[in-house]
Amino acid sequence: MSLLSRIANVFRGERLNREIEEEYASHLEEAILAGRDPVEARKALGSALRRQDESHDIHVVAWLDTLRADFVFGWRQLKRNWVTSAAAVLSLALAIGACTSAFRLIDALLWRPLPVAHADRLYVLSRHGMGFDNRPGEWDSWAYPDFQLMRAAARGKAELIAVSWALRTDITYKTDQEMEKAVVQYVSGSMFPTFEIQPAVGRLFTENDDRTPGAAPYAVLSYDYWTRRFGRDPGVAGRTFHYGDGVYQIIGVSEKKFTGTEPGVVVDIFVPTMMHREVTRSDSTWIRTLAVVAPGVAIEPLRAKLAAVSYAFEKNRLSGETGLSQETLRNVLANQVRMEPAPTGVSGMQKEYSRALAAIAILVVLVLLIACANVANLMTAQSATRSREMALRVSIGAGRVRLIRLVLAESALLALFSTVGGALFSWWSAPFVVSMINPPDNPARLILPGDWRVLSFGILLIACEVLFFGLVPALRASSVRPVSALKGDDSHARPVLMHGMIAAQVAFCFLVLFVAGLFVATFEHLASKPTGFSAERLVLLETTAHRAQPAAYWDQVEDHLRDLPGVERVSQAAWPLLGGSSWNDSISVNGGPPSVDLAYFLNVSPGFFETMRIPLLAGRDFRQSDGYPRAAIVNQSFARRFLQDNNPVGRSFDKASDDGSYERMQVVGVVADAYYSDIRIMLPVVFVPLHHPVSGTGLRPMSEVTYIVRTRSPNPLSEAAQLRQEVGRVRPEFRVSNVQTQKELLDAQTIRERMLATLAMFFAVVAILLAGVGLYGVLYYSVIQRHREIGIRIALGARAANVVRPLVSGISMALVIGTVAGLALGLTSTHYIESLLYQVKASDPVQLAAPGLVILLAAIIAAAPAVVRALYINPVDLLRAE
Amino acid sequence: MAKNDSLQGTLDLLVLKILSRRPRLHGYALMTAIAETSGDVLRAEEGSLYPAMHRMEEAGWIQAEWVKRESGRRTRVYELTRAGRAQLAQEELRWQTVASAVNRVLRMA
Repeated sequence: MSLLSRIANVFRGERLNREIEEEYASHLEEAILAGRDPVEARKALGSALRRQDESHDIHVVAWLDTLRADFVFGWRQLKRNWVTSAAAVLSLALAIGACTSAFRLIDALLWRPLPVAHADRLYVLSRHGMGFDNRPGEWDSWAYPDFQLMRAAARGKAELIAVSWALRTDITYKTDQEMEKAVVQYVSGSMFPTFEIQPAVGRLFTENDDRTPGAAPYAVLSYDYWTRRFGRDPGVAGRTFHYGDGVYQIIGVSEKKFTGTEPGVVVDIFVPTMMHREVTRSDSTWIRTLAVVAPGVAIEPLRAKLAAVSYAFEKNRLSGETGLSQETLRNVLANQVRMEPAPTGVSGMQKEYSRALAAIAILVVLVLLIACANVANLMTAQSATRSREMALRVSIGAGRVRLIRLVLAESALLALFSTVGGALFSWWSAPFVVSMINPPDNPARLILPGDWRVLSFGILLIACEVLFFGLVPALRASSVRPVSALKGDDSHARPVLMHGMIAAQVAFCFLVLFVAGLFVATFEHLASKPTGFSAERLVLLETTAHRAQPAAYWDQVEDHLRDLPGVERVSQAAWPLLGGSSWNDSISVNGGPPSVDLAYFLNVSPGFFETMRIPLLAGRDFRQSDGYPRAAIVNQSFARRFLQDNNPVGRSFDKASDDGSYERMQVVGVVADAYYSDIRIMLPVVFVPLHHPVSGTGLRPMSEVTYIVRTRSPNPLSEAAQLRQEVGRVRPEFRVSNVQTQKELLDAQTIRERMLATLAMFFAVVAILLAGVGLYGVLYYSVIQRHREIGIRIALGARAANVVRPLVSGISMALVIGTVAGLALGLTSTHYIESLLYQVKASDPVQLAAPGLVILLAAIIAAAPAVVRALYINPVDLLRAE
Repeated sequence: MAKNDSLQGTLDLLVLKILSRRPRLHGYALMTAIAETSGDVLRAEEGSLYPAMHRMEEAGWIQAEWVKRESGRRTRVYELTRAGRAQLAQEELRWQTVASAVNRVLRMA
């Protein structure tokens, strides 16, 4: 009670003092009324100030009271230099916000355990070694029959869970015309019970719903999707929707915290693995295998057992394989099975973005350090100009600790304000960065809670910050020697420390600029790279039909679209270039063995090359009469690698299929190279006709095709709605399941690089601004400090150079040292970010020189005002003032 | 006339005792009460009385209240709390023990 009231009294100090004074006054009145001599009575009461102090101290917690006083004083100081304070708060807020955002992203993607039971015992199985394409790699995709064998082998030691890739796809709730997108994922029936996930509505499917292929068309919605799509309608269970060629019944909603096992994707609909079309196929890998290991089970023996099962499965599967080279078969069988802890879940985003985010996080920390050094320097400079005040305080008896507290309180206030600003910035920026990650029509969704993890990170950050930029100036201010300071001698304010800070700032700034330069150059290389085709005005209509439809129907739609006014050209292809799909097989030339290198295939209609503007170099385009597999058009890479011939028109080769059959193809044309599935690799490509004659029955019917439309409008999406309608009008059994532009596919290739370049550039600008402001501040204060000295020099006839040199010599030295250190840091850092770069060399002199030049330019701009000010000091004014 | 330091340690006791008999006294009245009841032997000086009272107030032994007087000025009057009563009993007991011990020494030596 008493402590509480004393703490409360700290914050009502004024009122307390008034009351104490009033009590004494009434005492005096009493005394005089009782006949005492007023003078004597007043004397007896003692010094007003002292008795007030004494009584005041009794009523309050003394240390808290002085702390409050320190903060009030700090606030006044900040208000007095409000421009500097605002600059400091702003730059710190930016840096803190960026830091917190980086932490939130990395935490959400890589560190935060899944909110499921036994996340600490969750493992993921993957294979490492050489792939079928003869490139080293790492795969975490498995065939379902293989998974079944491993699950049986692990029984009792671990529960194996199959989880498919989350697929953003089309589903329909009522009629075929009302299609909508949803993220669908196939999961084992054992997943919900093993993770101990409770239903929010209805029930969740179990192992019993996941035993027979196609037997249980049940779906469980995620809480998030239930909220977004159905407004948490409790009657959602029992509703049905069309997906693929099936009708699914919603049986329940999973609990709120569970959003799937893939950080970066929030699943909308879970369906049992047994509903997947390829659940019985040994040659299709479409699931990840997760394992929840029972307590106390050793990992290595379990891994070895699963590896043996998987090896036997693969050996058996590949025994009949003749379409691949012996070398490839040996390599694939030699793949190692790994079992790695995955408490945070598994996602492609983790693999693709962890290094990029780490790079950004380091840049952000550097920016924070620059901001801190900045504020430390500004405060040191300020406290140097306040050395007289400090000296006065020491002279009237302030202790060193008290002075340190005084300056620290000011820093703490700065930190507090900037943290609030930083929190706001992070609240906005973290989701913004996530939204940059995926193409706009399929945004990444990362769960970013603001919980105790983020809070404790923030608190840690503030504490470090206050210590970092507050302690140095505080110690410095407290070491003031009153005699020399009051005499006007500022020998204690030697600027070595400040120059050290500037050197550090310059080094960090150099590093940030350098790395940003590398990222920007990488992005520019990729983005400005000729793709081999023209993406301009191309819109792609992915079109599907429930059941396979005759080829003539597909051609009919093509012809109809071509006649529309807004359309310049139309062609068909099995899928668009850079669309993410691929089809590869070995090639056999002149009856030789299947090649180790794989060739890539794409079915296209006549006119495809003209629509895509891929130049035909030799031979001819396809004709309507050409059918698969007889005619083929190859690209230059294929001609060189497989046929060693720049003009192979008329030559033949065989495509080897997995089942050992060979298909003879004859080259009718050669086209220029264009990127097939990835703009980083030029693949050997064989274009084959879309029409596939089957003996006796005419052309093989097709269930999906992409119409590639070159529109006349510069914004091809403006035509999309009409095109979509026209497809359905001509053939009601067709539906356009996805519309995108070729440009979007192209941009999607460089999303990570674009994000890195944008963020790094942003931080580079912030870094150079901060460093410039810091430099300006230090020089400005040093001119104020040396005002008298400079005035005397000018009065004695010093030339401009003589005045400027002592001012800038230290700073120049700091600049040189910082730049050299930054150079060294930059060269060592490239080793860690190499995998994020493309065709950029760290040793490139332009890359190395540019940051140095930018810093030099910024330094000149920052130094100019202070130098000019120094040169225009008027000795007469100075002497008058003294 | 007793010196200040003879009051050391007993000022609390005196204030508590007087307030237990005559509640709602202001500072000046307390001071005169100490002088009167002790037959002008004991005198509490302003400089020690007020700090002592404020300390006892924060300790929760006495509580204060502002009252308006005819002159229009407010004055602060004090009274004992429950904790103050307990404290008074304790202090009185301690005083009795010390006083009788001192008396015994004076008699025996």
